[in-house]
Amino acid sequence: MKPLFRVLIAPALLSAAATCASAAETLQAVEKQPLNITAIAMFLVFVLTTLGITYWAANKTKSMDDFYNAGGGITGFQNGLALAGDYMSAAALLGVTSMIFFNGFDGVLYSISFFVAWPLLLFLFAERIRNLGRITLSDIASFRLDQNRIRTLTAFGSLTVVCFYLVVQMVGAGQLIQLLFGLPYNYAVIAVGLLMAVYVTFGGMVATTWVQIIKAGLLLVGGTLLAVLALSKFGFSFEQLFKQAVAAHHDGELILLPSKLVADPLALISLSLGLVFGTAGLPHILMRFFTVPDARQARKSVFIATGFIGFFYLIVAVLGLAAIVIVGRDPAFYESGILGGKLIGGGNMPVMHLAKAVGGDLLLGFISAVAFATILAVVSGLTMAGTSAISHDLYVMVFKKGRAEAKDERRVSRIASVGIGIVAVVLGILFKDQNIAFLVALTFGVAASVNFPILALSMYWKGLTTRGALIGGIAGLVSSVSLVILSPAVWVKVLGNPEAIFPFDYPAIISMNVAFFFTWLGSVTDRSGEAMLERERFDDQLIRAQTGLGASQAVNH
Amino acid sequence: MNHAIESARIRNHPRYQELVSRQRRFVACLVAATLVPYFTFILIAAFAPHLLAQKLSATSIINIGWPLGVAFIVGAWLFTGLYILRANGEFDALTAEIREGAIV
Repeated sequence: MKPLFRVLIAPALLSAAATCASAAETLQAVEKQPLNITAIAMFLVFVLTTLGITYWAANKTKSMDDFYNAGGGITGFQNGLALAGDYMSAAALLGVTSMIFFNGFDGVLYSISFFVAWPLLLFLFAERIRNLGRITLSDIASFRLDQNRIRTLTAFGSLTVVCFYLVVQMVGAGQLIQLLFGLPYNYAVIAVGLLMAVYVTFGGMVATTWVQIIKAGLLLVGGTLLAVLALSKFGFSFEQLFKQAVAAHHDGELILLPSKLVADPLALISLSLGLVFGTAGLPHILMRFFTVPDARQARKSVFIATGFIGFFYLIVAVLGLAAIVIVGRDPAFYESGILGGKLIGGGNMPVMHLAKAVGGDLLLGFISAVAFATILAVVSGLTMAGTSAISHDLYVMVFKKGRAEAKDERRVSRIASVGIGIVAVVLGILFKDQNIAFLVALTFGVAASVNFPILALSMYWKGLTTRGALIGGIAGLVSSVSLVILSPAVWVKVLGNPEAIFPFDYPAIISMNVAFFFTWLGSVTDRSGEAMLERERFDDQLIRAQTGLGASQAVNH
Repeated sequence: MNHAIESARIRNHPRYQELVSRQRRFVACLVAATLVPYFTFILIAAFAPHLLAQKLSATSIINIGWPLGVAFIVGAWLFTGLYILRANGEFDALTAEIREGAIV
């Protein structure tokens, strides 16, 4: 039985550290399951509710500020939930529980790596971003640097991240819907593309925010319910939970310690750098700070988000351990009833099987609908970020030099969101059945090596100049993309070469340093007159970041 | 233009430098208090996992790795609370004092 297990799971979960990471973010190939009416019905309720909200939001969205940042009228608590909704992906629910199910403690390492970016976002970014920017994160970098060049670079950085992450989510949506609802892959991809374009085009940031809030609420309620039901099987004793999990798992007590993820420590460190600093460069997360009225509410929203995200990861650990016992000992969840063989539906299914085991078809339907709603909410946020990068950054600020008619801007934003929807659907279908693990590495690699260094240095380093940011940003982009191409995920698994040239799937350990080094070098050697002015403007920028002087205000309706 | 004048006024305000340096010190402490335990935890997991194998008690099967993970998440969240407490109180009061008599 053990060799069989290894053959089936090894390629996806047990090989190397980074492979584990990608398995948690991307869903493995799955088989189509029988039609699940409960799940579909519950999901339709979610879709109808969110479409109703979009209709309401469309009536509230009058100005372009309303469209981009809900007029700054979202409260700190609401934004905190929406931030959590943006960040808690289906991959975290399905992937991390499955990681604990198979590898135990590795899932904990993964969880805290995903979590630790949040306190840092609060301490270093939240308030400054709110005070310096208005619509996109490019506003911040171009505050004292050259509008045209820096805005173009950061807008492309954002669009690259949005595009890669969208493909990951679209492919995940297609696989999930086959798995959970028993519907064809292409239906899912088209439905997701259509819905996200509708939310963003008509409801703008207001609708996007409420989709996130509802989804975050559903995910937290569903997860908590599942955890309570699961824990009741152990008399609410963690000691019992751990004892039985160790007894049920074929690795025994080894599951309580780090294992596969630490096989290559440097790969683990590169992964964790990418996750921590990549999160701090995700445009769809950072743009949420513009939706609150002031820096005080921005602070509060990260506190709320950090609390919910932390709580969610604690629940995920309980679910993973409970699944080891409840799912791992029930032959009904294995193909041909062979315990330890292949899980029905594939390696990402432990939490779904757990829902079925402790709550029957009703709970399974609910959790399935929540998982799909989760993807829908994340792609809406991404579409919103991509749309504002195109219409605000590229069209209004770069192409029209800041002098565009509101109605033209509105039209461009509609074209952009529909265009992003079409691109996402086409790529989602093209990448069907492809190994897309590398796209996650690219998303976080580019975010950590292009967006993050420029953003952090523009706010914290007086010496940064336009030339330095351009050279460093391009160096970060080139190094992160080429290292991912040379990594095992692409060089070996996609291109079929026998051995990878770059040993880690996640490039951050090299590409972030390259980006920072070249930004520094390009800045300190810059003796132009503009560079002097840019350095001088830092003091005024710091005053605004620190005191909110001149920061954009909430729009009153 | 008003912003430029106000900005110049703030720059020379005696309490402004105080705000900047106090906040910088506090943020540096919190970032260190978050990142040092995190990377220590990751490095221990990578190079000395046996250190995590210590059981909670003689009768328990749970090792210290799991509660440490929980403590990290809860602790980092409490740090965010600590930051909010001081930012909403002390730093906001100082900012209000600096902005007092502002032109804009």
